[in-house]
Amino acid sequence: MAVREEDLRQRVAELLAAHDPAATDRLDFLRARFDAGLAWVHFPEGLGGLGAPRPLQAVVDAELAAAGAPGNDPRKIGIGLGMAAPTILAYGTEEQKRRFLRPLWTGEEVWCQLFSEPGAGSDLAALGTRAVLDDDTWTVDGQKVWTSSAHTARWAILIARTDPDVPKHRGITYFVCDMTDPGVEVRPLRQITGEAEFNEVFLTGVRIPDAHRLGAVGEGWQVAQTTLNNERVAIGGQAAPREAGMVGVVAGTWRARPELRTHDLHQRLLKGWVDAEVARLTGERLRQQLAVGQPGPEGAAMKLAFARLAQELSGLEVELLAEDGLAYDDWTMVRPDHVDFTGREAGYRYLRAKGNSIEGGTSEILRNIIAERVLGLPGEPRADKNVPWKELPR
Amino acid sequence: MTDATGPADLLYSEVEEELRSSVRALLADHCPPEAILARCEGPVPYDPALWRKLAADLGTAGLQVPEELGGAGASLRETAVVLEELGRSAAPVPFLGSAVLATTALLACGAEELVSSLAGGERTAALAVPLSTAPGAGFPATVRVDGAGTLSGRITSVADALVADVLLVPAVGPDGAALYAVDAAAAGLAVARRTSLDLTRPLADLALTGVPGRRLAAGAAAGEAVRRALLTGAGLLASEQLGIAEWCLSTTVAYLKDRTQFARPVGSFQALKHRLADLWLETVGARAAARYAADVLARGDADAEVAVAVAQAHCGAVAVRAAEECVQLHGGIGMTWEHPAHLYLKRAKADQIALGTPGAHRAALAHLVDLPAPVAG
Repeated sequence: MAVREEDLRQRVAELLAAHDPAATDRLDFLRARFDAGLAWVHFPEGLGGLGAPRPLQAVVDAELAAAGAPGNDPRKIGIGLGMAAPTILAYGTEEQKRRFLRPLWTGEEVWCQLFSEPGAGSDLAALGTRAVLDDDTWTVDGQKVWTSSAHTARWAILIARTDPDVPKHRGITYFVCDMTDPGVEVRPLRQITGEAEFNEVFLTGVRIPDAHRLGAVGEGWQVAQTTLNNERVAIGGQAAPREAGMVGVVAGTWRARPELRTHDLHQRLLKGWVDAEVARLTGERLRQQLAVGQPGPEGAAMKLAFARLAQELSGLEVELLAEDGLAYDDWTMVRPDHVDFTGREAGYRYLRAKGNSIEGGTSEILRNIIAERVLGLPGEPRADKNVPWKELPR
Repeated sequence: MTDATGPADLLYSEVEEELRSSVRALLADHCPPEAILARCEGPVPYDPALWRKLAADLGTAGLQVPEELGGAGASLRETAVVLEELGRSAAPVPFLGSAVLATTALLACGAEELVSSLAGGERTAALAVPLSTAPGAGFPATVRVDGAGTLSGRITSVADALVADVLLVPAVGPDGAALYAVDAAAAGLAVARRTSLDLTRPLADLALTGVPGRRLAAGAAAGEAVRRALLTGAGLLASEQLGIAEWCLSTTVAYLKDRTQFARPVGSFQALKHRLADLWLETVGARAAARYAADVLARGDADAEVAVAVAQAHCGAVAVRAAEECVQLHGGIGMTWEHPAHLYLKRAKADQIALGTPGAHRAALAHLVDLPAPVAG
């Protein structure tokens, strides 16, 4: 029987009656919420959900927020929520789902993603980290990069090469990796903003029980598609009010500092404002399509548009600030647990936005995807097709 | 800072999709590019038979007109869907001039009899202002009305005036501003065709010398009727621009899949794929912006001015870029008279100027959303 909005309100009321948020430990409350099926209502019963339509989550979130209930701070566990969880749900065994999903959702266990490598960025399927099976245990050796949260993570989703003798897409297997294994070494990777949001992760003789494999041996690439599709949705999918995000910051500076205004910047600001509003409407249209079950290819569009806008507007802001644009707030090497565009100053926003067209699929790769999958244009001639991975030039 | 006051519906309803299918089928049968090319150099740039079928038989001329006035009792959302299809086919019909600009002005004036005759497709009308007039422009003052109520003056570059039965003429006289209905056959009225950049939307210059007119609205009501017509026209023109962009994009994609050079389909070269992906991205945005403008106008939402300015600032440029890419990526064939790409380029470039340039709409936004220009000095 379909779960209705009234049922959810009833369940929220029961949860709140049994666990008064004001008198309950934060973690205890989050666990109780998960067990009541109110964590992510579209997940199955027993795994934090009720098999309800996904849009109904907003009803639960609003009721709980109104009651002052604690949240699970999704900004700090975004990789677990957005990428690991849907993959575990789709490919995990019952035992894996029961072991991993609850502490993932409550934030007790942070997750990170061990996908990219120094030699495998856009061409992720060329990855060279090796996993070799002996008895019931895999031994993993290699190097991963661009890993946010690696220094706080308990677990990682990992893809590694298990068969070098077949073409690259076919010899990959997907694992859950224990980040406390003595063979895991995490080193901060300092970026152009001065901080180290990301890490390099060196894997030396890391042991992974075969029970922590997700999906079949050799089918890791298909499993990873679930993760990557969810990553793009997670990055580009939010609806927002007018002037949300970077455009609001620049518009605010423009209004507050009339002495900085020039005609050239005015024209560029108005163009950027229109672009931001068009992107907002595009996102809203995508949201409406999803709500009536017509998913469109606009997700890739949103990611591309967002990256371009964030870069143009943050660059405009630094220029608008003139002499103040010469300053930078802080170059100290810190390791933040989430990205905060508005909590820092213009120079930081300008530099951090450069990553928007690189992380989660470069804008160039996204354009290829749009051209080939949406417009149906033919692919480039491939040098790596049907060639065993070990024979590919590297 | 204004924001939408109601929930906007940015999708297409089933009824709207059915309407689109009917209009598209009609245009596919009656408006192939060869026929447009043959007609636009002849004495009559319009296709009266196509207009009868589109306006009267399908009832598109009266979509925004209430049923009690002989219309379809639909809204500007459906009207916008028709414009998407007309843009897609570069059809030479007076829909924008008569069913959008003139009908909106007449509805605002309460000129029921005239509205009814336009809604039924029996007659067409044109709002007698230069096509380049932006919604925020002051009341047109190039025609004077004298004490006897006759009109004299000149109005240049009026769209869809050549075939109009009635011209809606803004004029200024001793009693202030007013909007007049002038019979196209009236003595003293000369309608001269201009050689226009856009082959499929002909323009005419009007010269009035003591022409009798019937006053439809005066003072603030006349100003409001003209302003509302221009705002609605600009907002819905975005849907036509979307249609142009879509035709150019899909035609170019189809050509690049088919055309082989260097022993490869030209569309497999990444340099071209990225250009088309960017164009697709802009078209996706144009659809959202055009739909939002149509929905907001249809609901009479307070956000209409912002929505129209955003739609025009974006969609005008997108249509032009799509048409320019279409010509360029077709190579030599795109430069020929025979290939229809130029019909879309000319329509797109003229549409960019029509009812306010993107720059004019951005300037309007500066006021609407409180992003003021630098103070001079």
